[in-house]
Amino acid sequence: MSSEQVTGIRPPRVPLYNDPRVRSVIYQLALAAIIVFLVYGATTNAIDHLQRAHIASGFGFWNETAGFNISQSLIPFSSTISTYGTAFWVGLLNTLLVAALGIVLATILGFLVGISRLSKNWLVSRVASGYVETIRNIPLLLQLLFWYNGVLKALPELRNSYSIADAIYLNNRGFYVPEPIARPGFGWVELVFVVGIVASVAFYFWARRRQMQTGQRAPVLWVTLGLVIALPFIVLLLAGVPIHFESPQAGRFNISGGIEVVPEFAALLFGLSIYTAAFIAEVVRAGIMAVSQGQAEAAYSLGIKPGPTLRLIVVPQAMRVIIPPLSSQYLNLIKNSSLAVAIGYPDLVQIFTGTVLNQTGQAVEVVAITMAVYLTISLVTSGLMNLYNQRMALVER
Amino acid sequence: MTMAEGELAISELHFVRDQHLAAQPAPIRMTGAIGWVRANLLSTPANIVLTVVVLLLTIWVVWELLDFLILDAVWTGADREACLMSTQHREVGACWPFVWERLPYFIYGSYPIPERWRVDVFFVLLAVGVAWLLWLHAPRRGLGALYFFVVLPIVSYILLHGFAAIGLPVVDTVLWGGVLVTIVVATVGIVVSLPIGILLALGRRSHMPTVRFFSTLFIEFVRGVPLITVLFMASVMLPLFVPQEFEPDKLLRALVGIALFASAYMAEVVRAGLQAIPKGQYEGAMAVGLGYTPMMRLIVLPQALRITIPNIVNTYIGLFKDTTLVTIIGIFDLLHTIEVARIDPKWATPVTSTTGYAVAAMFYLVFCYGMSRYARATEARLRKGDKR
Repeated sequence: MSSEQVTGIRPPRVPLYNDPRVRSVIYQLALAAIIVFLVYGATTNAIDHLQRAHIASGFGFWNETAGFNISQSLIPFSSTISTYGTAFWVGLLNTLLVAALGIVLATILGFLVGISRLSKNWLVSRVASGYVETIRNIPLLLQLLFWYNGVLKALPELRNSYSIADAIYLNNRGFYVPEPIARPGFGWVELVFVVGIVASVAFYFWARRRQMQTGQRAPVLWVTLGLVIALPFIVLLLAGVPIHFESPQAGRFNISGGIEVVPEFAALLFGLSIYTAAFIAEVVRAGIMAVSQGQAEAAYSLGIKPGPTLRLIVVPQAMRVIIPPLSSQYLNLIKNSSLAVAIGYPDLVQIFTGTVLNQTGQAVEVVAITMAVYLTISLVTSGLMNLYNQRMALVER
Repeated sequence: MTMAEGELAISELHFVRDQHLAAQPAPIRMTGAIGWVRANLLSTPANIVLTVVVLLLTIWVVWELLDFLILDAVWTGADREACLMSTQHREVGACWPFVWERLPYFIYGSYPIPERWRVDVFFVLLAVGVAWLLWLHAPRRGLGALYFFVVLPIVSYILLHGFAAIGLPVVDTVLWGGVLVTIVVATVGIVVSLPIGILLALGRRSHMPTVRFFSTLFIEFVRGVPLITVLFMASVMLPLFVPQEFEPDKLLRALVGIALFASAYMAEVVRAGLQAIPKGQYEGAMAVGLGYTPMMRLIVLPQALRITIPNIVNTYIGLFKDTTLVTIIGIFDLLHTIEVARIDPKWATPVTSTTGYAVAAMFYLVFCYGMSRYARATEARLRKGDKR
């Protein structure tokens, strides 16, 4: 039954060009046409340019020999046999390494500073807000360059390295510490370590169930520390310390052996952590302030001390507010790690859009691969954070 | 007990004082400066330890800064000799003569010296535009917006790039540098990102699926990748995508990259504002017969933009800091001029780098802190305005 029959009034005749539905279709077709035209134009131009410059297209370069060196690599890489594909994985792993460590450090520092900003101690809260205001308002790139060129590269040269007991060296080429090397018998320690982790997880679940049923709390932290750290340590001693440390050897021109932390990595890690921590501090402060004052007062009136109040009452509720912006700060940190290119840390962007792009000239493919990686990381991280967020979200009655 | 009985009782029993004693002053240890220190710094043993540790840390940092920037600094000199520990026979802090000599380079880059007045005029015109927009009681603020978003870009282009017909020689953008480029990149980003961002935000909330799809695709794509890859794309792929005869110059490529990036972020900020407008406002506008464009232009956007001003300014702060990334694709912004100057053999000393970075840090700190103060003041003003 149409409206005409109900009211007896015919709807006014609308000219076709004024009908909203027709208009909407026309607008959409026009937009699609413009975009298709732009993409088509860009593609033909690009093909034309590439042919004129005799640059190959396609992803064939992936299996070609790279022929350059990489200063830090988590997987074996050699300039003579490794391919561009291997270089890609080296870069990606380096990016993920610095991002993962950066997230841990930035979270710890950010929570400390954020909570300090709310401290009743005037000096502490002032210093914390001074830190946040200063760090947030200076570009990250400038901070990275400062850490790299102003601090780490200004360390003494190899000959005048700072060294402790000829085992730890610090100079402008890096930071060297002894590398622990396992001897036969070390397997027992590893085994006990794994067993300790499994046992502490089991204990955690048992303790939680018991607390739910009886309200009694178990010393989860101490038991975990004992199982994961003390027990393997005892086994280590019992097995006669089957481990020896290989100290770095200072030669005339370089230092060999030991674990080397290159200054590029250290500068990037410091810079990213310190910068992101300032933003995380703001997120944490806003989250804690979002928990109503009454919650803390109720806890005090039950006789709970300030420490447990913060840990058991305020923070769990604040986490709900904190997590969404916190996850976007983590994403920012991962994306900002691409600034490694400015100080020469071999991350994905430096290796791929830097060296590989220059060597192959295949701008479209290289930039597309790099962007695809970051897009994937962004989507996966935000997906995981959404999942966690759903679990933490307030369950309404 | 009735009232009368109670009064009677009081008048008969005289052990109740009927005159007030003057209040005793609060204990000196609980009031004034001492009380404040006790309450805020030394309330518990843990707090005392914390205060002492933080105080020592603060003194150390402030002292180091003061030492480097002022006490140990070198104030005069002709070249690197003046800032070397070996020639000065003392600890050497900041090398200020390096900054004095290179200041014109930090501000103008390699812009030809006889033409630098044009840059000065540009700075003044820009300052007028900014003041016109930010000062709430400025006359004809509507005209100010027109000036800032339409007149200023055209005049600045003619002034800075040159226009041979009116006697301004053309200055190639490769010669531009320093603060000039930083300001140009930031201003273009600011001027371009707001309108495009609004369009994208409206597109993302549109009822037309195609429009919504492309807007969302663009926004999510750009926000999912680092700025540096967008800049690489602009600098190495843009020339491939346009016909050979239109090859854009390097600065323009960077500007395109920055503008696209900033627009995507701006779109999300504006979208948040649009979502905060109650549905009744849309329905009211439709009920009085407004079409889509007048509804958005007259009813929704003015309210949405007003509540997003603080967030827009925060996006601008991020944009201003992000302009430093153009250094990586070879544009001579302030940071790049410092990077070049600090390794110049004439001035290269162990302290030159840090001096240069300190100058840049102060520049960015002043601008960004100023913007964030403005955002906070606006937020406070809007909150006051909303209270009834």
